[in-house]
Amino acid sequence: MPLPPDPSPALQSYAHPERLVTADWLSGNLGRPGLVIVESDEDVLLYDTGHIPGAVKIDWHTDLNDPEVRDYITGEQFAELMNRKGISREDTVVIYGDKSNWWAAYALWVFTLFGHPDVRLLDGGRNLWISDGRDTTLDVPSKQTTGYPVVERNDAPIRAFKEDVLAILGKQPLIDVRSPQEYTGERTHMPDYPEEGALRGGHIPTAVSIPWAKAAQDNGKFRSRAELDELYGQFAPSGGTDSGVIAYCRIGERSSHTWFVLTHLLGMEGVRNYDGSWTEWGNAVRVPVTTGSDPGDAPGAS
Amino acid sequence: MSMPAALAEVVSDFQEVDGQDKLALLLEFADELPALPADLEEAAMEPVPECQSPLFLHVDADDRSQVRLHFSAPAEAPTTRGFAAILAAGLDGQSAEDILAVPDDFYTDLGLAALISPLRLRGMSAMLARIKKRLK
Repeated sequence: MPLPPDPSPALQSYAHPERLVTADWLSGNLGRPGLVIVESDEDVLLYDTGHIPGAVKIDWHTDLNDPEVRDYITGEQFAELMNRKGISREDTVVIYGDKSNWWAAYALWVFTLFGHPDVRLLDGGRNLWISDGRDTTLDVPSKQTTGYPVVERNDAPIRAFKEDVLAILGKQPLIDVRSPQEYTGERTHMPDYPEEGALRGGHIPTAVSIPWAKAAQDNGKFRSRAELDELYGQFAPSGGTDSGVIAYCRIGERSSHTWFVLTHLLGMEGVRNYDGSWTEWGNAVRVPVTTGSDPGDAPGAS
Repeated sequence: MSMPAALAEVVSDFQEVDGQDKLALLLEFADELPALPADLEEAAMEPVPECQSPLFLHVDADDRSQVRLHFSAPAEAPTTRGFAAILAAGLDGQSAEDILAVPDDFYTDLGLAALISPLRLRGMSAMLARIKKRLK
């Protein structure tokens, strides 16, 4: 049975407050049956330095990605992962992580590909929990479960591929959530390591630059509804309900954070994450690229 | 290209363990990263922006027969601390010549690629590249 949502007034102005929990709520519900806490960090060692009591670790790289093909795990692999981590389909899953929940949002987005019904983020993530001096432990839960159903991944509603982006160029909005230097093309990769970057710098024509971290406060919590409306209001659909927004970054993790904000905090429909992102686009042959600080025009539009 | 004995020993420690034990070993290194000497402050050190988390590096090559290396990385970045500690354990106090002779890709021998995304591993090669640059 899923747990009731966090009734905290601080969350109620968001479109889907049931997708967030406060640290107070989580503290008060630790150990409650039906709740599983998942830590998902960029830093692969962080969980082992101490984590929220009862939390299990899911690593974005080794657990959620296919080891060979650049794609996510299959329904069988996801079911196996859930069983190994002691997660049932009916459980409420609360995910938190380092860097303002950057990787936690990515894990939540992958859970959503498999349609896990109740998956939430801990507002403020790992850093706020630690800096508030709340309990942590080194104990790793050993509980395993069986019977998580094999669910076919449903990519279409929230995941965009390169072909999808080409098809909507000039028709639907794109958000580039990378740093300004990556957006303009000043930086294609980290110095000295061209093999980790892209052959071309810049952005997808028409993409608007809104670095992902603008949606978070310094303490890692999401900004208020009013501030987020101001930041992303230009993407609210003017007619109908489908915003048609596609967000991208370098490999799709930072844009998962923006996807979460648009979808769950602002309630926009039809938002997709282009996980191929710049490491695909900036290396692809004959796709249009714009450099500099202007979004630029779609090819053929004038 | 060759590795100083101290670094070769670190590499062989990593080669003797697998999977989660490798991560546990890296965490041990992270915990043992030496603290900065009192006269060094982060503000005066060279940042290594290629690392995903803040890392500061100081190369003291006044005596080229015995180069001193100092690193600083926050506790909330244990992987970065672990990488720094591997270089500290393997290269601090070695001669400039020996450090310059370390293969740029020595870290592939640690066998961490399956456990840590290649995007994060590059921080390790960036640290070594910056140390070498200071010694050329």
